[in-house]
Amino acid sequence: MSAEMERPVAGPNYAAAARDAVLAGVIALGVFGPLIGFKTEQNMNNQLVVENRWGIVIVIVAIVVIGRFLLKAFVFPALVTRKANAGPASTDESFFKRNFKTIGLAFLLLYPVIIVSMLGYQQSIKWVDNFGIQILIYVMLGWGLNIVVGLAGLLDLGYVAFYAVGAYSYALLSSHFGFSFWLLLPLSGILAAMWGVILGFPVLRLRGDYLAIVTLAFGEIIRLVLINWREVTNGSAGISSIPKVDIFGWITFNVADPTYIGKILDLPPSSAYYKIFLYYLILALALFTAFVTLRLRRLPIGRAWEALREDEVACRSLGINTTNTKLTAFALGAMFGGFAGSFFAARQGFVSPESFVFLESAVIVAIVVLGGMGSMVGVAIAAAAMIGGTEILRELSFLKAVFGPEFNPDQFRMLIFGLAMVTIMVWKPRGFVGNREPTAFLHEKKSVSGSLVQEGHG
Amino acid sequence: MTAVIETQDMPVGHQGPPLLSVRGVKTYYGNIIALKGVDVDVHPGEIVTLIGANGAGKSTLMMTIFGSPQARTGTVTFDGRDITRMPTHEIARLRIAQSPEGRRIFPRMTVLENLQMGASLDNLRYFDEDVERMFTLFPRLKERAAQRGGTLSGGEQQMLAIARALMARPRLLMLDEPSLGLAPLIVKQIFDAIRDLNRNEGLTVFLVEQNAFHALKLAHRGYVMVNGLVTMSGTGKELLANPEVRAAYLEGGHH
Repeated sequence: MSAEMERPVAGPNYAAAARDAVLAGVIALGVFGPLIGFKTEQNMNNQLVVENRWGIVIVIVAIVVIGRFLLKAFVFPALVTRKANAGPASTDESFFKRNFKTIGLAFLLLYPVIIVSMLGYQQSIKWVDNFGIQILIYVMLGWGLNIVVGLAGLLDLGYVAFYAVGAYSYALLSSHFGFSFWLLLPLSGILAAMWGVILGFPVLRLRGDYLAIVTLAFGEIIRLVLINWREVTNGSAGISSIPKVDIFGWITFNVADPTYIGKILDLPPSSAYYKIFLYYLILALALFTAFVTLRLRRLPIGRAWEALREDEVACRSLGINTTNTKLTAFALGAMFGGFAGSFFAARQGFVSPESFVFLESAVIVAIVVLGGMGSMVGVAIAAAAMIGGTEILRELSFLKAVFGPEFNPDQFRMLIFGLAMVTIMVWKPRGFVGNREPTAFLHEKKSVSGSLVQEGHG
Repeated sequence: MTAVIETQDMPVGHQGPPLLSVRGVKTYYGNIIALKGVDVDVHPGEIVTLIGANGAGKSTLMMTIFGSPQARTGTVTFDGRDITRMPTHEIARLRIAQSPEGRRIFPRMTVLENLQMGASLDNLRYFDEDVERMFTLFPRLKERAAQRGGTLSGGEQQMLAIARALMARPRLLMLDEPSLGLAPLIVKQIFDAIRDLNRNEGLTVFLVEQNAFHALKLAHRGYVMVNGLVTMSGTGKELLANPEVRAAYLEGGHH
């Protein structure tokens, strides 16, 4: 930022803002003109024909020009004055902010009820399934990975491998042996934890970049094994017709069964019940993850994880066995990944290696980093924003009115995703919740903003 | 400098077997030899200092005692037990505490949490009591109890590093250059605290220092290290008076 902008200005400087806006517009034209303005289309004779899309370019450039003008003329001066006027940080937080966790939890518990009462059972499926369950799976994965990355500071880029282990454990054992979900849920967690330890041993001595590369490779190895070990995993075709979860055999969700929930509760058949049940199941699993993590943070092992993230050498000289500490972090993180995986398999009814590509690992890591390493609430918000955000893009069909009938907002998902990540990392380099809640207190709770700590030391 | 220097007298327990004994230790970094056969003894109740120039191998000796890197030949014995091949965390569990080079406090954890990490061995049994002791020893830490380690000043971080080491109720405290980069007043505070701990609680201290004048004044005995070898040893008083030591480490004004 230039020096003149730091100085509080009396009024907005429109001329400068206009100059700046025109410049931004020219740059935007230069960038988006070739990128968006031309499109090649195949015609009937298999020839590529260049099509012009100047309309969209003009719209985008206009947005940039107006946006830049508004920023320069109003937003920046306002920020400067606010900074100048801001006294010592105000202590009175709003009611909403203070009770954020309680409100959030109540909302999560009531969410299906709200949706069903607003839209009815049939219409609620999309909102409970695509938004609720989908987001909560990622919240759980984020919280699981948070143990490894956020608390223990071990950058794991292959977390999806444990998700896959959990999913395939449930898929294979339930379809071949008919074991129930409630038996396989802990079992797949244990299997995933075992793989976590197997991965943990060779990487004990690695840190940072090297650890990231090896874990990334591990994720790929698991996926390639799933593709190529056809006799067991059925290769790329995957495993289908995985049995549904039931409520301990008392209530089932198959219309044909005599114990079908609709028959028991005297309701018309609908697939919405199963979705709502799954929603509460994943909510319970996610909350269990959160509960365990919060508990562990206050125990010696949790403190050892955090100390390990900060300084491994110091840990050892304080008598902490760093080998065990790392392995438990890997194992526990993997276990929650395994739980989420077996839930995923039960929910989809179908698993294939397609679901466990590197992009999934990247998304989960992004959720943890965006949320603020180690912060549970932050990770939940990040998961909601990233997963919910990309789901919402599917709903924005009204944009077709602006950009023409061929406009498909879904195609811009990754673009917007990337843009959002860059913006958030610039705006909040430590993620949504950069504050770390201390676990030891003298008299009263007090958390210090991460921004007060030297960069790279947090 | 004047001839009148207030140095430490020998503590009582000096005649018995040493608490820490380093014998013929050779340490290598790859193929490069860093310690070429070092003998050092620390008796219970003593403050022993190891002085020497940059790169002499002082920190390497300290790290070797702590098992990282391990000595290729020679032995390190603590309280009659051979610890040469023990992993670092098990050595720490014998209650050898260390304030390592560069302090290495946990920057994102609060002062109190750092102290908590120091008390890991006893699973916080004496935590409250020991925290009070540390706050009496370093009142600055009490003011900063809820503050993050990374936001402390250099001197406060050093105090925290020492306090964290003391939380383990050590039988031997090893300090690597506690005066590094600190203002003289703070150095004095820290050295006074070490002296008090030694006098009042009989704490055994092994101190690695470049600040030879202060270190020799504080210590009962000292060793001088040059190029991976101990070239001289004696009481603090003797070394302070030694013309070679004076020429190499004292003239040029540390005081």
